Amino acid sequence: MKRRTTLIAYLFLLPALSLLAVFTFYPVLFGTVLSLFEYDIINPPRYVGLGQFQKLLGDRYFWIALTNSAKYVLVVPVIQLCSILLAVLVNRRLRAIGLFRAAYYIPVITSWPVVGIMWTWMYDQQGVVNWVLRSLAVIDRPISWLSHPTLTLYAVMFVTLWKGLGWYMVIYLAGLQSIPTEYEEAAMIDGASRARVFWHITVPLLRPYVLLASLVSTMAAVKVFEEIYVMTRGGPFFSTYTMFMYIFDEAFQELNMGYAAALAMVLAAVILVFSVINFRFFRRGGLEYY
Amino acid sequence: MRKLALYVLLVALAVFTTFPFLWTLLISLRTRGPIFSFPPDLRLTGVSAANYIGVWETLPLPRYVLNSLYITVVGVGLTLIICSLAAYPLARMQFRGKNVVFYAILATLMLPEHIGLIVNFVTMTRLRLVDTYASVYLPSIASIFGIFLLRQAYLSIPQELEDAARMDGAGDLLIWWRVMLPLIAPALATLAIFQFVAFWNSFLWPIIILKTPDKYPLAAGLLYLRGLFAHNTRFIAAGTIIATLPIVVVFLFTQRYFMRGITAGAIR
Repeated sequence: MKRRTTLIAYLFLLPALSLLAVFTFYPVLFGTVLSLFEYDIINPPRYVGLGQFQKLLGDRYFWIALTNSAKYVLVVPVIQLCSILLAVLVNRRLRAIGLFRAAYYIPVITSWPVVGIMWTWMYDQQGVVNWVLRSLAVIDRPISWLSHPTLTLYAVMFVTLWKGLGWYMVIYLAGLQSIPTEYEEAAMIDGASRARVFWHITVPLLRPYVLLASLVSTMAAVKVFEEIYVMTRGGPFFSTYTMFMYIFDEAFQELNMGYAAALAMVLAAVILVFSVINFRFFRRGGLEYY
Repeated sequence: MRKLALYVLLVALAVFTTFPFLWTLLISLRTRGPIFSFPPDLRLTGVSAANYIGVWETLPLPRYVLNSLYITVVGVGLTLIICSLAAYPLARMQFRGKNVVFYAILATLMLPEHIGLIVNFVTMTRLRLVDTYASVYLPSIASIFGIFLLRQAYLSIPQELEDAARMDGAGDLLIWWRVMLPLIAPALATLAIFQFVAFWNSFLWPIIILKTPDKYPLAAGLLYLRGLFAHNTRFIAAGTIIATLPIVVVFLFTQRYFMRGITAGAIR
């Protein structure tokens, strides 16, 4: 009987497990092996040992891409802080609050090509961003945001923020609704200011959610690709060229599959390092939540 | 008074998140006058559907819409079948190796997906599937998110229902199909909506694996057209709206499922 159940169970699992085996597990194994080879799909693979990794150390574009990917992590604390504040703002019973939440969520469900097209216009010399900043007298002449050697990376980060805000808002909203209101009320009665309650009670209680959201957000930032691809393709002058952009170019433009796999391994290691830092950072403070 | 200030803030933020859409809509609706002007012309004059007709008739937009519909329908359908099958034994059967399978599936969440992109391209080349619709949806129909979401749903079904069906002599497949599936319908709907958005919006994998632009789904096709017809801003704007509208409509009608899905998927 037990044996029969096992058989039936695996029959149910069979389609999913075979797909996962081919398209999820196998890539990690084969990807690791591939990074030790030179392979261009047409000719048979040639074993080069750690050659790809040696080549990588002397590769200027690798270091540029790595630096830009690491820089992109700057967007994480900004997104997290903004979305926590946004969640606190919409976490109340108000008429039409559902409508506002929906409005903040719409960028999340929009495709990257659409976002890229729209924001290329927003950032145009004659576009809305320049108009607003000039009206507020922040700048005195229009800036070409997507072809500026230093500002473009930050302009792209701003779009990441714009598109991601709603998603993290929903995560934090779930977090806020799981916190009993007594703590905040008690502190208010004791005369604590709103800002103090936020920093010393709300944020610490949200800690597990902050950990989860910043983990997700950090991983996304290190392997940022879509926003770059649809707006700058790494330009101007490689100032927004990230690891994933480089992998994409090596794998699918140059067909250097082995080198791309080696780059992908390095990227995986970088993601791991940033995740560990995240864990360390949020574990401090001793709130035993997880 | 404080309430008023609150609403002003909420409206300002809503303008921030929706303005690019509204502006694109405005560009797509006008046929004359400067596209970019200083200050932007936000009046509703000279509005017409001419750009929509134009982009639909002169560019291969209908083709892209059909591609997207096909990939989305087949992709979502297969996801539902595969995930609802796989999640069932994980939730409601005791079998040898269950924990191993469960943690193996869980571990895939940690696997770097960008390696998958490279290797799956090689795999598809070997399977001679490059440039087929199947290559677009095959790697993502065994959705981990879906398996976990549905497993949760199966777990919440009371054991008595299953026992009663077994007493009546129903086999495993029949119980799954007639008793379990109807009861997890809300979770299936959540998964269907999420996969719909994912397939409709996908562009990275399609541009890698499809070699003929005529096979592109809408999001990828739009990007391709922008490259070719960058000067025809109004047509591209109309195409952008056409690509976004279905998603926004689906979202507005199914918001409840959305919020449930995100929190269920992210916090387990």
